[in-house]
Amino acid sequence: MTTLTTTPAERAYEPVIGLEIHVQLRTRTKMFCGCALSFGDEPNTHTCPVCLGHPGTLPVPNAEAIHFALMIGLALECELAPRSIFHRKNYFYPDLPKGYQISQFDIPLWRSGRLGDVRVHRVHLEEDAAKLVHAGASGRIHGAEASVVDFNRGGTPLVEIVTEPDLSSPEQAGEWLRLLRATLKRLGVSDVNMDEGSLRCDANVSIRPAGTATLGTKTELKNMNSFRFLERGIAAEVVRQEEIVSAGGKIEQETLHFDPQTGALSSLRSKEESHDYRYFPEPDLVPVAPTEAMLDRARAALPELPAARAQRLEREPGLPTDTARLLAFRSDLGDFYESALGADGATDPRTLASWVTVELVARLGDVDPADSPVAPEALAELVRLVSTRSVSGSAAKEVLDAMVADGGRPEAIVAERGLGLAAADELETIVDRAIEANPDAVEKVRAGMGKAMGAIVGAVMRETKGRADGGEVQRMVRERLGLG
Amino acid sequence: MSELVDLTAAQAAESVRAGDLSPAELLSAYRERAEADELGAFLWLPEDPPGAAGETVAGAPAAGDAPLAGVPLAVKDIFCVEGAPTTAASLILEGYRPPYTATAVERLAAAGAPMLGKTNMDEFAMGSSNENSAYAPVRNPWSVDRVPGGSSGGSAAAVAGGLAPWSIGTDTGGSIRQPASLCGLVGLKPTYGAVSRYGMIAFASSLDQCGPITRDVTDAALLLRHLVAGGRDPCDSTSVDFPEEIQLPSSERLDGLRVGVVSELSEASTIDTGVKAVFDATLERIEELGGGVEQISLPHSEHGLSAYYVLAPAEASANLSRYDGVRFGLRSGDGDLLSLYERTRADGFGDEVKRRIMLGTYALSSGYYEAYYGRAQRVRTKIAEDFRAAFERVDLVVTPTSPSVAFRLGERTADPMAMYMSDFCTVPMSLAGLPAISIPAGLSEGLPVGFQITGPAFSENRILAAAHALAQAIGFDSSPARGKAGAPAR
Repeated sequence: MTTLTTTPAERAYEPVIGLEIHVQLRTRTKMFCGCALSFGDEPNTHTCPVCLGHPGTLPVPNAEAIHFALMIGLALECELAPRSIFHRKNYFYPDLPKGYQISQFDIPLWRSGRLGDVRVHRVHLEEDAAKLVHAGASGRIHGAEASVVDFNRGGTPLVEIVTEPDLSSPEQAGEWLRLLRATLKRLGVSDVNMDEGSLRCDANVSIRPAGTATLGTKTELKNMNSFRFLERGIAAEVVRQEEIVSAGGKIEQETLHFDPQTGALSSLRSKEESHDYRYFPEPDLVPVAPTEAMLDRARAALPELPAARAQRLEREPGLPTDTARLLAFRSDLGDFYESALGADGATDPRTLASWVTVELVARLGDVDPADSPVAPEALAELVRLVSTRSVSGSAAKEVLDAMVADGGRPEAIVAERGLGLAAADELETIVDRAIEANPDAVEKVRAGMGKAMGAIVGAVMRETKGRADGGEVQRMVRERLGLG
Repeated sequence: MSELVDLTAAQAAESVRAGDLSPAELLSAYRERAEADELGAFLWLPEDPPGAAGETVAGAPAAGDAPLAGVPLAVKDIFCVEGAPTTAASLILEGYRPPYTATAVERLAAAGAPMLGKTNMDEFAMGSSNENSAYAPVRNPWSVDRVPGGSSGGSAAAVAGGLAPWSIGTDTGGSIRQPASLCGLVGLKPTYGAVSRYGMIAFASSLDQCGPITRDVTDAALLLRHLVAGGRDPCDSTSVDFPEEIQLPSSERLDGLRVGVVSELSEASTIDTGVKAVFDATLERIEELGGGVEQISLPHSEHGLSAYYVLAPAEASANLSRYDGVRFGLRSGDGDLLSLYERTRADGFGDEVKRRIMLGTYALSSGYYEAYYGRAQRVRTKIAEDFRAAFERVDLVVTPTSPSVAFRLGERTADPMAMYMSDFCTVPMSLAGLPAISIPAGLSEGLPVGFQITGPAFSENRILAAAHALAQAIGFDSSPARGKAGAPAR
């Protein structure tokens, strides 16, 4: 596995990266027929004469898909084509029942947008192909013993988003794709699940002498189905290109397949082998001409988007940038956070944010906290108990464990399990016992060896089962030893 | 029985309504004649004839009180009918039985015209003589060694030969009008979008339209009325609501009507003299009926045929890609993907279909697209503009339908260009998406000559009214036996 030097100063070449993203829309039905969308259902149970390409059938565009595509274009601040048209993209493959894909070509629905610091070249609508399953060792159609087709996926509405080549590192590409994914998820237009293929990403990669503005010959990396593979694939391709160019070679325009297992890049087809898709306007469809009412409806459906939310959270409660981004990009966390914040005005917003993004995430992983037993107001209450020193930090984590397991209110759990901070007189007694029981440590502390304090505080914590504040115990020990 | 089959469809429907005739009698009379078909007009007849079990193939009752009174309909084999073999006269669809029924067939069945059977045609509607059928050529009832025209040749021969009271066909560049002309019938190509294309196997999607082939203008109006009456078909994005009800024509005069004669199409050297003579005589009739005739020009119409033979094959090359042996129809090859595609399509398609797929593929290829497809689209736009300009001066535009009468079987099969010329007068209207009718106007060499009337989009009522008045005055007898004997002198 090659590694990529990421310090620009050390590099003779800089990568130029653009992304092409396919997004399956989560409409009720397919792009051009009434079949329900599905994932993982029994093969060929969601098909009809239209999506099987039977003779005489005709496509009818899905209004909801157009609505979703309008929302996406608005969210990406694109310019609308008053009349965009569908084309036929012709090629033979068993997953393409009509022998052509209905897609948009020279007049896409949207052009010239932006998300974050990356310009969006175009956004268009098309239909997905069916799914091929190859029997045999190769796992690909060449060398397969047999191939079968599941047409359930065929005709699923897709939005293709193409960026300008504004990205300059694999990490930046990954980061931007995360922002796009969060944005699409927030719009509610797609499941954006890379494992299941509802979000798929190709990358166009070229390199150029660092600091210049020329564009080199690009290669296209196909279907990297996770953020990690995307970053690794681009990194590997940049290294490959750097090696070729450094050795005086020339980059060939080709389409490459990245194997995440081996990290190897293999050529799918060269420029000479590239398809002539013979695009021409789809005569079975009329142009898409969104009305003002359709646009109004799409605008009204736009929620606050992650980029804006991150800015707001950074500005208003004053969260650190990374925390604000995490809450904004995972809108389930953001929603939970803001709901908790609203439930208890006394809670410190920054501390609460840290409890959501660190402690809660550590326990729930990718699960939406709204689907967990933890109520937002309960977490807010717990954070308040910590900040009013009614419970220690470590005890609070135990309380959170209990809340994640069984729900409940923190105060009740604290009471039930006796996790409240030890009362001052009780603590004094325990501290005195600890001093008596650790004469060596006491000697060392008196001698100025601060580290020895740990043994005494540890003893107190053991005896209180964590119901004491470490700092407070230290203060008491010093006072008792006359070091205050 | 001979009397029964001499009735027009509207007359037969009237007899049913009057109680003089039952739908079952009507059906069995035609069924009997269709079974004895010697013209090659039918490709398939239902095993259980519709009506026998009280139901049509499309599921609607063949009731006498329905608007079309149970008068059975011959359906071009390009229309999908659930469970019925539907081949578009191609080997590649041999054995294919669609899982659904075309909107046009369904609407007519619902209005009381059950399907009598599926008629022969040029494979995938590509042809002008019906000799491109993969199954059998069709013979012209007026002269059995001659072609009926195409591509809806089976539908025309069935009606002209008295094997069916009426029929529907499809017209892409003349495939309804030209066979109607060659068989002495009325054929109407409606405005593009007026009739749903759902379930009609596509040849060239931006041109294909379904329409009636009938014995007279009233029958054509009656079928068209029920084809468009259901309004826009939600299954066809290019279909539209017809702006008015189709009237049954009754006018006998053409007073005040301004008729434009297209010089480029009517004076061309390709028009046979016998055809020209009938055409000129018909113009005189128009004046006799009170209409005014003037020469007009459609300057780009001469290039219609060239543009058509780029655009239609281009669309066809994509439309026919779905016949790949994967999901339905013929499957050949040795199991390898490439051989599946190559052998299936090599075995399944006939020469003319292959020729057009190659033409269309070439025209759309990178580097040639602008020179062929792009330029042909511009010609198409120019032709539409020519018509728009013409209709500012005149109400209707007329031309001969076919440059010649029915030619002999085999006469043009070796010369595709000669065959393509059959569409010279009908293609410009198709490119402009306009409605056009062909009515029989007389005989030349003892064979029918058609007269084509075109109007602006959705002017079907105007066209039908004029066609009716003119047809009444001409008094053409659509029965070949009587027509040849007692035809008008010209």
